[in-house]
Amino acid sequence: MSSIVYSNKFLIWSKKNLFSSWINTLLTVLSIYFIYEVSVFFLDWAVFKADFLTNFRGERIIDRTFCSKNIEPGSYGACWAIIHVRFYQFMYGFYPAAEVWRVNLVFFLLPFALVAIFFDKVPFRKYLLYFTLAFPFIAFYLLYGGPSLTTVGTNKWGGLLVTLFLGVTGIALAFPLSIALALGRRSNMPIISLLCVIFIEFIRGVPLITLLFTANVMLPLFLPDGVSPDNLLRALVAVTLFQSAYMAEAIRGGLQAIPRGQIEAARSMGLTYWQSTRKIVLPQALRISIPPIVNTSIGLFKDTSLVLIIGLFDLLGIGRAALADMTWTKLYYEVYVFVAIVFFIFCFAMSRYSLYLEKKLKTDNSS
Amino acid sequence: MSEQVITLEKVNKWYDDFHVLKDIDLVVNKGQKIVICGPSGSGKSTMIRCINRLEAHQEGKIFVHGTELTGDLKNIDTIRREVGMVFQQFNLFPHLSVLDNISLAPIWVKKMPKKEAEEVAMTYLEKVKIPEQALKFPGQLSGGQQQRVAIARSLAMNPKIMLFDEPTSALDPEMIKEVLDVMIQLAEEGMTMLVVTHEMGFAKTVADQMIFMDEGNIVEQASPSEFFNNPKNDRTKLFLSQILNH
Repeated sequence: MSSIVYSNKFLIWSKKNLFSSWINTLLTVLSIYFIYEVSVFFLDWAVFKADFLTNFRGERIIDRTFCSKNIEPGSYGACWAIIHVRFYQFMYGFYPAAEVWRVNLVFFLLPFALVAIFFDKVPFRKYLLYFTLAFPFIAFYLLYGGPSLTTVGTNKWGGLLVTLFLGVTGIALAFPLSIALALGRRSNMPIISLLCVIFIEFIRGVPLITLLFTANVMLPLFLPDGVSPDNLLRALVAVTLFQSAYMAEAIRGGLQAIPRGQIEAARSMGLTYWQSTRKIVLPQALRISIPPIVNTSIGLFKDTSLVLIIGLFDLLGIGRAALADMTWTKLYYEVYVFVAIVFFIFCFAMSRYSLYLEKKLKTDNSS
Repeated sequence: MSEQVITLEKVNKWYDDFHVLKDIDLVVNKGQKIVICGPSGSGKSTMIRCINRLEAHQEGKIFVHGTELTGDLKNIDTIRREVGMVFQQFNLFPHLSVLDNISLAPIWVKKMPKKEAEEVAMTYLEKVKIPEQALKFPGQLSGGQQQRVAIARSLAMNPKIMLFDEPTSALDPEMIKEVLDVMIQLAEEGMTMLVVTHEMGFAKTVADQMIFMDEGNIVEQASPSEFFNNPKNDRTKLFLSQILNH
């Protein structure tokens, strides 16, 4: 009975939304056909006609000549063995295998460090926030080494590790910097406001690639002789500055949405500028700015792949290195699709989170 | 002998070229209730906003409790602690509960322990007769309730002077009375009050001085009986006839 009602509802819905006029019907049919063709094509290639660890003869694939599609061109799809063979590098780069548990531990701990920031109703949130504060130090100690852990130079880091390191650290460092920039831009003190405007507009007016090159070449010039920061740190500086400018603009939007009366009420009760900023203005402004902040963060996360041009091996860099290997060359589709899927997982998660927040903010405000 | 708590001497203020306040002289004694009225744009809000330095004046002197208001931030903070203000738009903090709205300044400005500040907050919520709303958020209250919370929030700092900037103008008619009742009660307790309002009924009950402002000048200052029954100035007469006979 209820399934009849349900299917009836679906019929009514589809008649109203998909087949309301002949042009709508035509578009619906065309779209369904298009979606069908594309998914059949992709699934055939990626799954049904693909090699995973063995080829159609059942042999283990050890180089590109074993791929089914190279043995019988035209009738087979993807050869995923390259991802399997290179999986370690995709995840960790050239991190020594004996020490790789350290990276895995950091990957495992990362969600615990983030959950208290992303959700306000988690059990033990207070303690998790302490952990969040301590996490950067724990992660650095684990990844780089220190007392009783062998040092693993950042030139050995690569793959998803570098992508996540630049993305997460860049966003985390940019956040406080961007708040300072946004407040500075709206400051009554002309010099401070001018400096912030110049910084923000300069960074926003320059492509990230340029900043990466600049950081790579010019950072050593500003530092005393003999101090040569490593490549990853240079990239991190560029990424952080870049992100802070965009985030500052997102936060400025939030600040502008706070009515003047809020500040006047706070100041008229004797709260100082910093007190009213911290207790009244920022809590409200940041809530409004979270969706645009997440947006710029998604952008930055993808842009980290540009570091391959200054010689760092992020996820995409490792993929390109894999393609340069003569035994696996020409498997472009497999490598790029894999890299795309990994990026997609992270960006899609961020995007869903942003949607969740927008919904939550709406309900919070109407209550 | 009455004690002067606010003194304005030849105060002038401009917004760019626009002369908002022209040679304003005003003395407020302790416990006085002064009602300020006048057409919009006459400078009445600006004048009381100068008294707690939400606006800066450019010429003349303003003393509050003997302290002169200058650019000196320390003086400004001292004065703001003693002068409470209630706004037309309530300006409650929407992200904080009613209780947190009221206890915020005692905690952060007076460094009061949280528990004590919340007790103070509850005392004033009872005074404005809405203790049961303590845990709600401003968005869940009616306009009249919000304005009463705003009054309680100001009172929690234990101010010596209260400034009211058109406190009932943004309210629906049926809510005006509940706010005015709280203000009348406050007046009866001897609070020094400067009230910008067009509620002439309230003015007649409470005020011991009426001020009429127009185009940045104090045009007329008189006792309520004098002011309503025998206004001297033509502009006052016109204004009163418009506001009383509508």
